[in-house]
Amino acid sequence: MPMTDVTIAGGGIVGLSLAMALRRGAGLSVQVIDPLPAGKDIGRASAVAAGAQRMLAELGVWDAIAPAAQPVSRMVVTDSRLSDPVRQAFITFDGAIAPDEPFAYIIENAVVTNALRDAAHAAGVVSAATAVKGFATRGAGVDLTLADGSRQRTALLVAADGARSALRSYAGIPWSGHDYDQSGIVATVAHERPHDGCAVQHFLPPGPFARLPLTGNRSSIVWTERRADAEALLALDADDVVDELERRFGLDLGRLTLETELRAFPLGVGMARRFVGDRFALVGDAAHLVHPLAGLGLNLGLRDVAVLAEAIVDHARLGLPPGDATVLERYQRARRFDTLTLGIATDGLNRLFSNDRLPFRLARDLGLGIVDRMPGLKNFFIREAAGVVGAVPRLMRGEPL
Amino acid sequence: MIAPRDEAPKDAAAQAGQTVDPAEVARFDKLADSWWDPNGPMRPLHQINPLRLAYIRDAVAAHFGRSIRAPKPLSGLALLDIGAGGGLLAEPLARLGADVTGLEPAAGMAAAARRHAEESGLSIDYRTETIEAVAARGERFDVVTAMEVVEHVADVAVFVKAACAVAGQDGIVILSTLNRTLRSFALAIVGAEYLLRWLPRGTHDWEKFVTPDELTEAVAAAGFTVNDRKGVVYNPLSASWRLSGDLGVNYMLTATR
Repeated sequence: MPMTDVTIAGGGIVGLSLAMALRRGAGLSVQVIDPLPAGKDIGRASAVAAGAQRMLAELGVWDAIAPAAQPVSRMVVTDSRLSDPVRQAFITFDGAIAPDEPFAYIIENAVVTNALRDAAHAAGVVSAATAVKGFATRGAGVDLTLADGSRQRTALLVAADGARSALRSYAGIPWSGHDYDQSGIVATVAHERPHDGCAVQHFLPPGPFARLPLTGNRSSIVWTERRADAEALLALDADDVVDELERRFGLDLGRLTLETELRAFPLGVGMARRFVGDRFALVGDAAHLVHPLAGLGLNLGLRDVAVLAEAIVDHARLGLPPGDATVLERYQRARRFDTLTLGIATDGLNRLFSNDRLPFRLARDLGLGIVDRMPGLKNFFIREAAGVVGAVPRLMRGEPL
Repeated sequence: MIAPRDEAPKDAAAQAGQTVDPAEVARFDKLADSWWDPNGPMRPLHQINPLRLAYIRDAVAAHFGRSIRAPKPLSGLALLDIGAGGGLLAEPLARLGADVTGLEPAAGMAAAARRHAEESGLSIDYRTETIEAVAARGERFDVVTAMEVVEHVADVAVFVKAACAVAGQDGIVILSTLNRTLRSFALAIVGAEYLLRWLPRGTHDWEKFVTPDELTEAVAAAGFTVNDRKGVVYNPLSASWRLSGDLGVNYMLTATR
């Protein structure tokens, strides 16, 4: 049976960018398997930090994305209650890590996915609209059984199939984490006045509410609510939904209209015990799930891709196959600590802020106030969030593999 | 006490002009099944492999004017890997384009190597014959590698002479081995075999380790010149191997005519 070099389960942004990196970097044969290649992205947008933007440019898809990418010029964080008439900004980040390079863009997920899918198709990545139903390692490869009944063989299987990864459970890799009693509600809204590239994060008692600027007079919202309240909200009439939305969003940009329906998904935090198995690797949310409050989920996933692709390509140039244990150990060593730190940090922030008790409010306002008054520290946070510090993989420096 | 090397008794095989040591062959035959298990007894060999492959690839590419960025930088080069084991080095070198012949005296090991290459879709000629037999037939190769072999042979000078003889006029010879120092005794024998259990006990015999100067001398006696010597050191913090100027424990060298 002919053997594909790398098979990726999951045709989202993470899976497709890995496919592109491996095609361009070492000309490997790559297949992407996804039962629902389109349709998961409606209403969702992501912060694409500077490192991730450089990577998308290196993968040859940035030109197709750029017209729909909104640079973030400023980021404002408030700590408030719904009843507060004015929401005082406790911290403001001015967003440039270098002249003409904002620290992040906000982009609708569908724009990125479509650009990657077109580029992957043109680059010769094979795609199959089916699912992996089972797999077993045999000799120097992995035997795959697909939902359409066919059988295949691959040198490395990568799970990019999200936080509820089916492949992770087939591989028997345990997941440590917990669900928050919170749901994330996403939607795209239009408003009357321009946002000037300002992203706003209101830390409201039920959880953070984020306004992420999109191109035009539009914003993407990530609205955290207690799970029961979220269900009630989704059941409301459209007019009532907009009323509730305006109470949280504020009216500083004028009246709001919904461009997409509200969609809710359960929030949690978690991390796989191992990121690799025998000729098997987890990337993106399949390996780690962070709270969306920091907007870092996608950037973490792309960093996984950059590190794994670099390890695979470097080893391919030594004649070592993609599933070689040294490739996977290098990937796991580079990614696990990084991910754990960020997971704990966002979990802590969420617990600290999703709370209305006075001591918590004082502690966080004091903390944010201090950070706001120390330009060096703030710059550190911006560069850290942008993913351009530390041992940066080549793709995230904008260099070829 | 340890006897000086030139007084060490030479066994029957060495006296007959054969450098393969039958006791060593039997020891390696036992390891055949677990050779390719990255978490098995050969784990350290798997971990050090990328560094060795990079050293060999870069030296060969530089010698023959190839680009290491080319998809198959070693294409068309005839390469002989002496002491191929299960094929940890032979398979990647074949993927880089070399026409690889592997010498592995342990028959069980050679059979395991053949099976593995076939599963991996690679064509590698594994033979159980000795380097002396290959040399006697007058076969020639562009590249001759013998990684961690010198410390297992019965007579270093005879072995190196044969290895250099099969490298053609324009050939390149790459050797790696363990230095005979107190540190290598502590690290390779006490540390790797006894304390960390990285390697099965009895894998190495410290008295057979060879110093860089002894090896350089043996290479010179075979009409070759050593162009490069690099130490290989382990960093326990990052759990990785790297090249170094410190030849005190493990080292590699490159020689050409």
